[in-house]
Amino acid sequence: MRLITHNMLSCNIKGVTNGFPLKIEAEKVIEKEVDFNPDFLRHMFAKIEWKALAEAARSMGYAELPDDSPDAAVIESADETFLRKLHHALLELHLEEGALVCPETGRKFPVNKGIPNMLLHEDEV
Amino acid sequence: MKLKQLEGLLGDLQQFSNPKVDLEQYPTGPHIASRMLFTAENSYGDITDKVVADFGCGCGTLSAAAALLDAACVIGFDIDPQSLETATLNAEELEVEIDFVQCDITKLELKGRVVDTVVMNPPFGTRKKGADMEFLSAAMKVASRAVYSLHKTSTREHIKRAALRDFNAKTAEVICELRYDLPKLYKFHKRKEVDIAVDLWRFEPKQK
Repeated sequence: MRLITHNMLSCNIKGVTNGFPLKIEAEKVIEKEVDFNPDFLRHMFAKIEWKALAEAARSMGYAELPDDSPDAAVIESADETFLRKLHHALLELHLEEGALVCPETGRKFPVNKGIPNMLLHEDEV
Repeated sequence: MKLKQLEGLLGDLQQFSNPKVDLEQYPTGPHIASRMLFTAENSYGDITDKVVADFGCGCGTLSAAAALLDAACVIGFDIDPQSLETATLNAEELEVEIDFVQCDITKLELKGRVVDTVVMNPPFGTRKKGADMEFLSAAMKVASRAVYSLHKTSTREHIKRAALRDFNAKTAEVICELRYDLPKLYKFHKRKEVDIAVDLWRFEPKQK
């Protein structure tokens, strides 16, 4: 599971109001290179939840992203340094084994072979 | 990538080894899958460099097609762990990156506007009544650009009405009518194979 996916997942247990973002317990992280696409990244920057991404990346061992969202000027500028960091965090870090943890209830959603299991038990629906 | 090449690659994918009838697990054949995604990209620009989600991905045929057409990111969602295992193998075989999430997509609220396009071959609702509508409702909440979905032609008016009236669709178009060849997959199937008329729909959500 990559962080672009993590950025859209939340805890849907009945009654939970603060289920986002899920905290990451990383047991095994791997890195896989993919092609750098700056236009796509600029487009994504406007849509992602920045703090959630920065915190998640740190949990996966990558601390290069600032906690607070940089302003648009940094993104628009021709300097690709920052975009490369965003690229790496969003698309190249894979959580293979570990868990996603609900910030409100502490419920753990296991991640095995890169696949998070978000299925709820009967009493949670 | 040419259509024939895409169709060829999708034809090599592994499919359900033990399909579960209650989940309406039917493979999306390479003929339909290739045309569906090819049209989505060539006529509407909804796949290349976009974030594409595949709801009820099964063994990942539509996800694989999106990846092969250079989606920026593909995420497949399914409830069945065995299918997801097969889907993972298929992605490895094709050397494409696809994230998979195990969940009940009708109960999972995806946050934000990250997903551009949803593609799906949802259950038709023959086992769990209304399943097709639940999938469509979920997809319309998530997609920022478009939803591509297959539904029985017999439900056409019903789908159009629900999409426009209840699911926030700006437009709801049948792009084409296809024949879905279903080989005899389950014991209760009497005929050796059967041909179902299905509509390929494109829905555009109203901007949020």
